[in-house]
Amino acid sequence: MNFEAVIGLEVHAELSTKTKIFCACSTKFGAEANTQTCPVCLGLPGTLPVLNEKVVEYCLRAGLALNCQITDWSKLDRKNYFYPDLPKAYQISQSDLPLCRDGSLSLASGKPIRITRIHIEEDAGKLIHSTEGEGYSLVDYNRAGVPLIEIVTAPDLATPEEAVEFLEKLRRILIYLGISDCKMEEGSLRCDANISLKPAGTKQLGTKTELKNINSFKALGRALAYEIERQSELLAEEKTVKQETRKWEEAKQRTLSMRSKEEAQDYRYFPDPDLVPIELDPDYVAEIAAALPELPEEKKHRFIEDYHLPEYDAELITGSKYLADFFEAVLKHYCNPKAASNFIMGELLRLMGEEGLDPEDLKVNPAHLGDLLQRIDEGEISITQGKKIFERVFRTGASPEEIIQAEGLRQISDQTQLLIVVNKVIQDYPQSVRDYLGGKEKAAGFLIGQIMRETKGQANPQVIKGLLIEELEKMRQE
Amino acid sequence: MSVSEQELRQVAELVRLAFSEDELRVLVGEFNRILQFVAKLNAVDTTGVPPTVQGVKVKNRFRPDQVRPSLPRTEALKNAVAVKDGSFVVPQIME
Ligand SMILES: [Zn+2]
Repeated sequence: MNFEAVIGLEVHAELSTKTKIFCACSTKFGAEANTQTCPVCLGLPGTLPVLNEKVVEYCLRAGLALNCQITDWSKLDRKNYFYPDLPKAYQISQSDLPLCRDGSLSLASGKPIRITRIHIEEDAGKLIHSTEGEGYSLVDYNRAGVPLIEIVTAPDLATPEEAVEFLEKLRRILIYLGISDCKMEEGSLRCDANISLKPAGTKQLGTKTELKNINSFKALGRALAYEIERQSELLAEEKTVKQETRKWEEAKQRTLSMRSKEEAQDYRYFPDPDLVPIELDPDYVAEIAAALPELPEEKKHRFIEDYHLPEYDAELITGSKYLADFFEAVLKHYCNPKAASNFIMGELLRLMGEEGLDPEDLKVNPAHLGDLLQRIDEGEISITQGKKIFERVFRTGASPEEIIQAEGLRQISDQTQLLIVVNKVIQDYPQSVRDYLGGKEKAAGFLIGQIMRETKGQANPQVIKGLLIEELEKMRQE
Repeated sequence: MSVSEQELRQVAELVRLAFSEDELRVLVGEFNRILQFVAKLNAVDTTGVPPTVQGVKVKNRFRPDQVRPSLPRTEALKNAVAVKDGSFVVPQIME
C-alpha cells in the first residue's frame, strides 16, 4: 500500500531582544555560566515578572508578516512541570490566547501552509550532562527567561522536502524581520516535527510521532524521511505506530523512542496571576504593520524590477538578508548591478563556501568591492587580477588600493610603455614574426603570451593585442 | 463537584508531594469541603458576564528593553546546595 505523510512543525525562535522576557538581564549568547541571572529569572520567591515590551512587538511582527489574526486581548499562562532547567517549576507561556493565530506561509509551488498560532514564552536554562557518569548534571540559567516565539503549523506539509523548504522560508522571514538571528547551531532556532502516515488518497489520520533533537535543515529532512520509512514498514506489516516522542540521533541517522505519550504530561495550565492581560490597541498593531521591513519575496521582485537582475540572481541574493544588503551597498559605489551580482554569485559565494563563512560574518567592505569592479571596468586591472585581488580583500579586509600598491598589480595600459615591450618581443622572436607574416595568425597569440610574461601579467591584453597587430602589419607593408 | 482519592494521588504525584494513605484519606475530605465551599459561586447568575482571568483591572504593564546589571555569580549561586564550575549541581538527568 502507498502511504502519504502528514507533517506539522513546531518552531521555536529566540528573539533578539537585549534583555530577557520578564527581567532586565542581558540575553547575550556565550557568556560565562550563570553570569546573566537575577532573582526573577532564578525563580526566587517573592519576585515579580514584568513583560518586555519588545517581546510583544517582535511577536506581532512575526504574526503580521505571516498573515496572522492578532489576538486583541491576550494573557500569559503557567505551564507546570518539573525539570532542573526550569527554576520556578513552571514555564510562563501562552495557552488558549496566543498573541497571533490563523496565519499562513506559501511554498514556492504556491501551496499554502497554515500557521495555527504564534505565542510568546520564556526559554529554559541549559543543562550540562556530566559525561563520566558522576551522578550529577550542571545547570546554567543564563538562557532561562530568554524570550521565544513558538510557531505552530497545521499538518499541511506532505514531504520532507516541503518541511525543509517551509523552515528555510520561515527562517529567512524571521531574519528579515530583525527579530531573531535564527542560528540552528547556537540553538536560537529549534524545530520539532510531528508526522503520521495515511493510506494515499484517504483522509483518515494515522498515529503521529513527535521528532525532537533536530539540529539542522538537513537533519529535519533526514529525520522525516527516516520516520516515513519506519512507519511505512510497521503499517505494511499491519503493526501499529505508537504515539510517542522520538529523538533524532545524528550520529546513527535514526530516530529513537524517548518516552511514550501514555505517561503524557499534564501541564495544568492556568493564567499567571503575577502578570496582567495584554490588550492590544488596533492603532499600535497598525503602526507595527506599517513599519514591517521589506520581506524576501518583495525584495526579490524589487531586485528584478529595479536592477533588472534575472530571477535566478535575485532569488539567490535575497536568500540571505545580509547578502542582499551587501549587494545594495556595493551598488552605492558601483553602477552595474548585473556585473556586481555576477561577481558576488561567482567569486564571493565561492570564497564563502571555501571558508564555510555565513553572509553575516563577511569582512569585506562593500565599498571595496564596488571600487574593485570599477577598476576592472576601467581596464586598470584585468578580470583575472581582479579576482586575485578580491581574494586578498576577502581574507584580509584590506582595500583593493592597498593590495594593488603592495603587490604592484596595476595593469599597464600606457601605450608608450607597452610599445617598448612589444618591439622587444618582436626583436626577440623573429621566427614567430615570420610565421605570422607568412599567414600563421596563431603566432600572434604566442607573441602576446611573451609580452604578458615580460610585463609579469600586468599588461592590458586588449591594448597589447592592438599594438602588436599594428606593429606587425606595419612590417608587412615595409 | 468532588475529587476521588485516585485523582488526588495523581495530583500529588504531579506536584511531587508524597502522602501516606492515612494522610490522603484526610486530604480527600478537606479537598471536597473546599470544593463545596467554592461551589456556592455556581449559584450566581453569570449570564452575559464575560470571563476574566484576573482579579485586578490593571492591563498592559510593560518594561523597556534595557539591560540592567545581573547578580554577581557568587550571589546567584549562594543558595545552591552544591556548586561546580560556576554552575548549580543537580542530580544526574538521564537523557
Ligand atoms: Zn534575570
